Amino acid sequence: MGRKKFLIPLVLFLGLVVFLAMGLRKDPREIPSPLVNKAAPAFELPTLKGPEHFSPKDYAGKVWMFNVWATWCVSCRDEHPILVAFAQRTGVPIVGLSYKEIQPQDEEKGSMTLQEKLSLARKRSDVWLRRHGDPYQLTVFDLDGRVGIDYGVYGVPETYVIDGQGIIRYKHVGAMTAELLANQVLPLIQSLTPSS
Amino acid sequence: MLHGLGFYFDKRLVLAFLLSISLSAWSLEAQPMAEDPLVEARLLVIAQELRCLVCQNESLAASRAELAEDLKREVRILIKKGNTDQEIKDFLVSRYGDFVLYRPQVKPLTWGLWFGPALALLCGLWFLMGHLKQRLKNAPASKHLSREEQERLNKILKD
Repeated sequence: MGRKKFLIPLVLFLGLVVFLAMGLRKDPREIPSPLVNKAAPAFELPTLKGPEHFSPKDYAGKVWMFNVWATWCVSCRDEHPILVAFAQRTGVPIVGLSYKEIQPQDEEKGSMTLQEKLSLARKRSDVWLRRHGDPYQLTVFDLDGRVGIDYGVYGVPETYVIDGQGIIRYKHVGAMTAELLANQVLPLIQSLTPSS
Repeated sequence: MLHGLGFYFDKRLVLAFLLSISLSAWSLEAQPMAEDPLVEARLLVIAQELRCLVCQNESLAASRAELAEDLKREVRILIKKGNTDQEIKDFLVSRYGDFVLYRPQVKPLTWGLWFGPALALLCGLWFLMGHLKQRLKNAPASKHLSREEQERLNKILKD
């Protein structure tokens, strides 16, 4: 034992290296959301097609996806075709949350009324969805970002899975990938959907 | 006369002009502050303890990111509603997780973070003490050489 004692610091050091290396491989932007397994925050927002509003309780009993996006969001453009294909293939209902479509630089401070903002956001989103395909059953507008705050949105795009009881079961920050959808999201949705 | 007029222009108009610029700049910059200095003071204290989620190494108080501005707006509303600092922090933690707090809460998950360094220091001290004691025990009991050692030394020196 005595002779081997000099190895102890080396072993401790290697342990530290492994620990830190594991930390380096993690994405610091992936913050565990405290909202997973909690009730999806309630809201009532205007829809793209209007005039009625949408509220999560309208989808009670359904397992659905909630995707935060905006026409100004560059990574949303990357994930969009994947969502379009996913919606077509699986028929999973996706609700789009248009997050702060009207940016501060779009208007002279305070020059636009809420109604004007909403109609501009509707127009822009409609054009964008026509061009890139529309995976959403409906799109709702969160112009001031308040609903985004309730859902802990800090980077668009973000995607949630909400179950039939209105509980958030999954959250992903950043662009959705086909692998994530196939390996995590779809199996989760299937496990949440009561088999008939 | 002309010179005098020029001087007049210089002094009064330039001064008025500068004053108007600085006043308008001041009113632009300081508008939110003018709302309610007490609210702003509390906002600053709270926001310094909170992390901006977009630029992760910046506090909410320092950040100019849009989300930070939005969150400050929400905190301002909560302050005006009369919420306590703890309630405001809980509001943000319930949405963004412990990560928003620069000073993590003390709970089993963060014990390592809070007490780990002190524990490591104690372990180090304990090892050091053990090591020093060992060395003391192994060291020769007296500074004087024993008779055999003295004889050997004499022999070596003679050679």
